[in-house]
Amino acid sequence: MSPTFDYAPAPESRDIARLQPSYQIFVDGAFRDGTGDAVKSINPADEEPLAEVTEAGPSDVDDAVRAARRAFEGPWSAMSGAERGKYLFRIARAIQERSRELAVLESLDNGKPIKESRDVDVPLAAAHFFYYAGWADKLAYAGYGPDPRPIGVCGQVIPWNFPLLMAAWKLAPALACGNTAVLKPAETTPLSALVLAEIIAEADLPPGVVNVLAGGPAVGQAIVAHDGIDKIAFTGSTEVGKIIQRTVAGTGKKLTLELGGKAANIVFEDAPLDQAVEGIVNGIFFNQGQVCCAGSRLLVQESIEDELITALQRRLATLRVGHPLDKNTDVGAINSAAQLARIRELSEVGEAEGARRWSPPCELPDRGFWFAPTLFTGVSQASRIAQEEIFGPVLSVLTFRTPDEAVAKANNTPYGLSAGVWTEKGSRILSMANRLRAGVVWANTFNRFDPTAPFGGYKESGFGREGGRHGLAGYLDV
Amino acid sequence: MSAPATSELARDDATLRRFLHGLPGVDQVGAEARAASLATRSIKTTSKAWAIDTAIGMVDLTTLEGSDTPGKVRSLCAKAVRPDPSDPSVPPVAAVCVYPDLVATAVDALNGASVQVASVATAFPSGRASLPTKLRDVRDAVAAGATEIDMVIDRGAFLAGRWLQVFEEIVATKAECGDAHLKVILETGELATLDNVRRASWLALLAGADFIKTSTGKISPAATPPVALVMLEAVRDFASANGDIVGGRIGDLRGVKLAGGIRAAKEAVRYLVMVNEVAGEEWLTPKLFRFGASSLLNDLLLQRHKLATGAYDGPDYVTVD
Repeated sequence: MSPTFDYAPAPESRDIARLQPSYQIFVDGAFRDGTGDAVKSINPADEEPLAEVTEAGPSDVDDAVRAARRAFEGPWSAMSGAERGKYLFRIARAIQERSRELAVLESLDNGKPIKESRDVDVPLAAAHFFYYAGWADKLAYAGYGPDPRPIGVCGQVIPWNFPLLMAAWKLAPALACGNTAVLKPAETTPLSALVLAEIIAEADLPPGVVNVLAGGPAVGQAIVAHDGIDKIAFTGSTEVGKIIQRTVAGTGKKLTLELGGKAANIVFEDAPLDQAVEGIVNGIFFNQGQVCCAGSRLLVQESIEDELITALQRRLATLRVGHPLDKNTDVGAINSAAQLARIRELSEVGEAEGARRWSPPCELPDRGFWFAPTLFTGVSQASRIAQEEIFGPVLSVLTFRTPDEAVAKANNTPYGLSAGVWTEKGSRILSMANRLRAGVVWANTFNRFDPTAPFGGYKESGFGREGGRHGLAGYLDV
Repeated sequence: MSAPATSELARDDATLRRFLHGLPGVDQVGAEARAASLATRSIKTTSKAWAIDTAIGMVDLTTLEGSDTPGKVRSLCAKAVRPDPSDPSVPPVAAVCVYPDLVATAVDALNGASVQVASVATAFPSGRASLPTKLRDVRDAVAAGATEIDMVIDRGAFLAGRWLQVFEEIVATKAECGDAHLKVILETGELATLDNVRRASWLALLAGADFIKTSTGKISPAATPPVALVMLEAVRDFASANGDIVGGRIGDLRGVKLAGGIRAAKEAVRYLVMVNEVAGEEWLTPKLFRFGASSLLNDLLLQRHKLATGAYDGPDYVTVD
């Protein structure tokens, strides 16, 4: 008997996604063609078109904002929290009921492995609606006074890395607090948000409470600059975040930004090594590294560098890169040609700067946007790949000697979204967590998300918190 | 990871303790998450067929009851050689596993077949006897023709920190085994923590175990995915560290046997995935990986038939033993 265990293909059926030939924008409780261009959303795994989407034009933004205002001043803000909560619970249950469909659709449109959309994105999206549904009638007990008021109409612009989950992060707290929303999913991944709009329509929300506008940067700019909007919530790049902050300056609009990151994943010599290896892999290869809080800088104590890198390389050799719908795929496709180009460019910079590049042997498909999991060792703090967000499956490995040096290197970045600490010593975890300037510090784990836990950045990673009780503050007039 | 020579380590309890407690810790939450994530692999069609046949060939078909009789053991041996009387393409299992007094019966019944005869020994399952008594138990089994010995460690000594005693009992048992392969049962359900599982695994490997085995099957929990994960990591790490220890050679591969509580073919296939991805594909052989089980074999046969014909058989279409 030859010892070869090749896993046969185990593809999830694409029919489950119930793809429509075309998708429309959702304004004032109805689906309609946008006045912008009709564009094709493609599957990044094979570059084949999935469906046509009509994007919003300027008049659609106006209509959506007006509808959101009417809904806010009409039924929605006057409704009791308990009633609003019922709608949110209904949406949460519908997401669960349609979870397979949403998971397959998300993997088709985004390129992420089905095991992630199935086990992480979709369940967490439902969990956010459940969690904030529970807050809707308890806002008086959230610590913002006896009767905290909503802000009004919220413009929400979300990224392509977790299309459905980011929609849930934005909509659930906004609606729970009594706001109405105009949501714009990313240009390359509009489909799941438009199916969420279908769920919202079926949940019978009053027209205009949620409006979903497909479109590119122009639609985003129109939302951000719109006079009828009271609050902007944005998740995306630091570059765009700065433009938004300039745009809203002086307008009285409230703003929360969740931007980029260059998180340090710090492994001490007394770490549980096998679990640290898993945490490093999960930190940088989860969602192909296209995660703002990705652990893209591995800071390893110099005394265990060789042992850890050997173990990490052995582990990377077992990662299965390929078809996103195969249930055994660990690493899927990069979301777009533009993102792939950026990952390639920065990886070439890493090599030119003298870092050692390594990838496990893996065959990449001929078509589509693919990048092998990549490890750079011998990276110095001054390298661009140690400073700039790559937003791809590329890990930069640096070393440190003492806890002080680890803190200094970890904090030496314009970002401050997340960090990881691996050690068996509890007191060291607490002292590191106090000294790391990052919104989230994971101890002996990484990339773990929960609706009860606040998430957000320091410095150029943005401001405002999403999730948990803290996430209410961004949607209440406090 | 490098380590001093075994002769130095086995000087006293304190020296052994320093080494075993110097091994990297196991984060239980992380280990459980990794085991659960490996269990989501989807094994279908040809790979499932391969896995089922491979698993059948790794079964130590076991009966360890007070009520065992020569008749029961003969029947078990017949099934071990030809698990499915109606289908000669089903491979034989790896071994039968019996108490020492029934070894001779098994040897006779197997009559030179490829199936090995394993015997539990050393005052199985509790291990609560003097070392001479335990060694006498081993000697009897080996003399009767056992080619594999499944010993138990003294969990009381391990938990009390008498590492050297545990070590020396394994060394003495190994010496008593002669050419027979030694499997060392850690009884992980009594060791309680994954850190202890890792330490006991290393202690047994340092003392010369050919296999480390989870459980007697008499204690619950027995084999669990996180425990299997930690033990597979131990043999993997031992293989690469062994060049530094005992003057051993790199690539000295030791095996893992999971015993107790594994009844479904689906679980067995998941464990093979774990072996493949944690230890490596070199471990996907009965020489290095076993399932100690009795009812598992029938489920493997039922699933094998389902895969071949598309229809499930009832329990009356596989033999009870």
